[in-house]
Amino acid sequence: MTLGGFALIIVALAVLAYLTTRARAAAFGGPAGTMRSHSRPVYHGAWAAILAFVPAILVIVFWAVLGDNIVAQQTLARIPEAIRPGSGIEQQAFLNELRAVYSGALPAAFNENVAAAVPVYGELVGFWRLVIGGLALLLALIGGGYAWLNSQSEFRARTHVESFATIVLALASLVAILTTFGIVLSLLYESLEFFSRVSPFEFIFGTQWSPQTAIREDQVGSTGAFGAVPLFWGTVFIGAIIAMIVAIPLGLMSAIYLTQYAGASARRILKPLLEILAGVPTVVYGYFAALTVAPAVREFAISIGIDSASSESALAAGAVMGIMIIPFVSSMADDALSAVPGSMRDGSLAMGATPSETIKKVLVPAALPGIVGGILLAVSRAIGETMIVVMAAGQAANLTANPFESVTTVTAQIVQLLTGDQEFDSAKTLSAFALGLVLFIVTLLLNIYALAVVKRYREAYD
Amino acid sequence: MAEYDTETVVHEEMTLRNDAKMTARDVSVFYGQKQAVRSVSIDVDSHYVTAFIGPSGCGKSTFLRCFNRMNDTIDIARVEGDIDLDGRDIYDPKMDVVQLRARVGMVFQKPNPFPKSIYENIAYGPRIHGLAESKTDMDRIVETSLQRAGLWNEVKDRLDESGTALSGGQQQRLCIARAIAVDPEVILMDEPCSALDPIATAKVEELIDELQGRYAIVIVTHNMQQAARVSQRTAFFHLGHLVEYGPTDEIFTNPKADRTRDYITGRFG
Repeated sequence: MTLGGFALIIVALAVLAYLTTRARAAAFGGPAGTMRSHSRPVYHGAWAAILAFVPAILVIVFWAVLGDNIVAQQTLARIPEAIRPGSGIEQQAFLNELRAVYSGALPAAFNENVAAAVPVYGELVGFWRLVIGGLALLLALIGGGYAWLNSQSEFRARTHVESFATIVLALASLVAILTTFGIVLSLLYESLEFFSRVSPFEFIFGTQWSPQTAIREDQVGSTGAFGAVPLFWGTVFIGAIIAMIVAIPLGLMSAIYLTQYAGASARRILKPLLEILAGVPTVVYGYFAALTVAPAVREFAISIGIDSASSESALAAGAVMGIMIIPFVSSMADDALSAVPGSMRDGSLAMGATPSETIKKVLVPAALPGIVGGILLAVSRAIGETMIVVMAAGQAANLTANPFESVTTVTAQIVQLLTGDQEFDSAKTLSAFALGLVLFIVTLLLNIYALAVVKRYREAYD
Repeated sequence: MAEYDTETVVHEEMTLRNDAKMTARDVSVFYGQKQAVRSVSIDVDSHYVTAFIGPSGCGKSTFLRCFNRMNDTIDIARVEGDIDLDGRDIYDPKMDVVQLRARVGMVFQKPNPFPKSIYENIAYGPRIHGLAESKTDMDRIVETSLQRAGLWNEVKDRLDESGTALSGGQQQRLCIARAIAVDPEVILMDEPCSALDPIATAKVEELIDELQGRYAIVIVTHNMQQAARVSQRTAFFHLGHLVEYGPTDEIFTNPKADRTRDYITGRFG
């Protein structure tokens, strides 16, 4: 029987524990309709099911994750020393082949030593499967039986079930937090590796970015340059300047129209339409930028006499990114404006202010912290955005304020550095992690600050 | 509750006057299908404080909001009938609502100072209507308004602080000062003390007393003692009808309509 089979039996045992314990608890004294015991029968049943299921399934999961490694090591220990593989890569290859042959993915072993090891491996796998499965079944029986015996009228099953639920919920939230920590740690580790080759000072203040390092010593450009300033500038230029010049006025004005002027029916139609923009995959924006907007921008630039205009321009990528961010800015501004109490608006109108005076002088100033918070969140999203800049902004690390020229961003460079075959010990590849770390820190700080601003402002009106 | 006559009882003193500041004739207000005010006619005197009283949902606040066309801001509200200010129809398409509201100010149930400084709260109205020529002018308007609202001594040293940082009672007097700042002819007050404690209420009532005569004041209140204390004219509303309109002391001592008597003696409401 496989581990899956054992798991099924354990589920069945848990159901059985639930049903029998619930039935037993239902019989606790007192006439129907009165409070008979501390917990209702369903809680006694649930507690029995938990005790039967959780410990047993943990054993099975533990073995499913780590068991194979243990069996492999034991196999290696048992086979004669003569056919035992060396360490490192050789051992890995041996074990991979062994597993493939055993599972039937490989019809026959190429390595005769492996062929000799297969029966040993198979025997061990079978043995451990029985031991672990049996142990799990035993635990399920003990757990369920213990709960069954323990379910007395005064047993606080409800309290136990609820604390179990709390633990499960806490673990679920921990997963996300721990993942973030894991990401930070892996970024940190690789970045430190990078900074051991390139000085952080050069990375942060250098203005020359050319990560291409030669494979052989005698090739041209054998030393790369890792000054990331052009990338940071490109990111800020596209994401925080051009995109925001597009997104802030359009987003703000559409929010003002939707909250203050549009009738209920117009709002009902326009708001979802605007939100469709947020649902367009960024890669679609990417080729819209690269194939439609960028050539138009270039032709426009040439028609006004700027001959240096590139077909991959900061303006095209930034403008399309701005369009993409509009629903984001608009919905944050919408929330902020709607949160200003209606009495404020009435007060201003009753003074004889026109609706537009009311918006300019009372509503927008009152909603300003919320709007600013929304804009900061939008900036943090824009500078982390990848697809549009990869497709439309180009790869040339120019340090220029000319929007018709090609610039590159942190995200676009990361993509370029990590796609294709790369050696994982070169400064070129490792620089992607350092860039990622900087990007992560900047967006994290922006988010924390923006959320703090939004929160403080919400408190002002609640 | 017994069946009552829906005929409005208007005391003799009321019908004889012909120098009314605002007059309403057959005014009805609808919220969608629901009729909130039923054909009400009333004259508001420029020298007196007029109180609108009645149980919750009787239409008194809705009716009050017709006098400066605040019902315009509610999409589903519809107003029928005529309301005149100094003999001119305020619902006439030629009447500019901005100018109307400059002449007919309003104070709301809940104090609603803008989240700006005390100074800027008062300066708001004069600024949008272009009433001050210079900074000195504006300073003078702010000071006079605050003085008339009895708030000057409490705030003169902190005009830069936010209006929202004041206490509830001070905020409400700030809102009254803000309404006064554009020098209106009529001030509408919609239950101005319902969110205030008794001490703050007493101060606002005192202020209303001082303002009487300078402005025509209409105050909606659900507090009968307050109506008796601050007003000279009282109109009693019930279920959208104007039941009785007369001098305050008569309404409270010798009401002519059965419904008024029952309400004042506490039989319903």
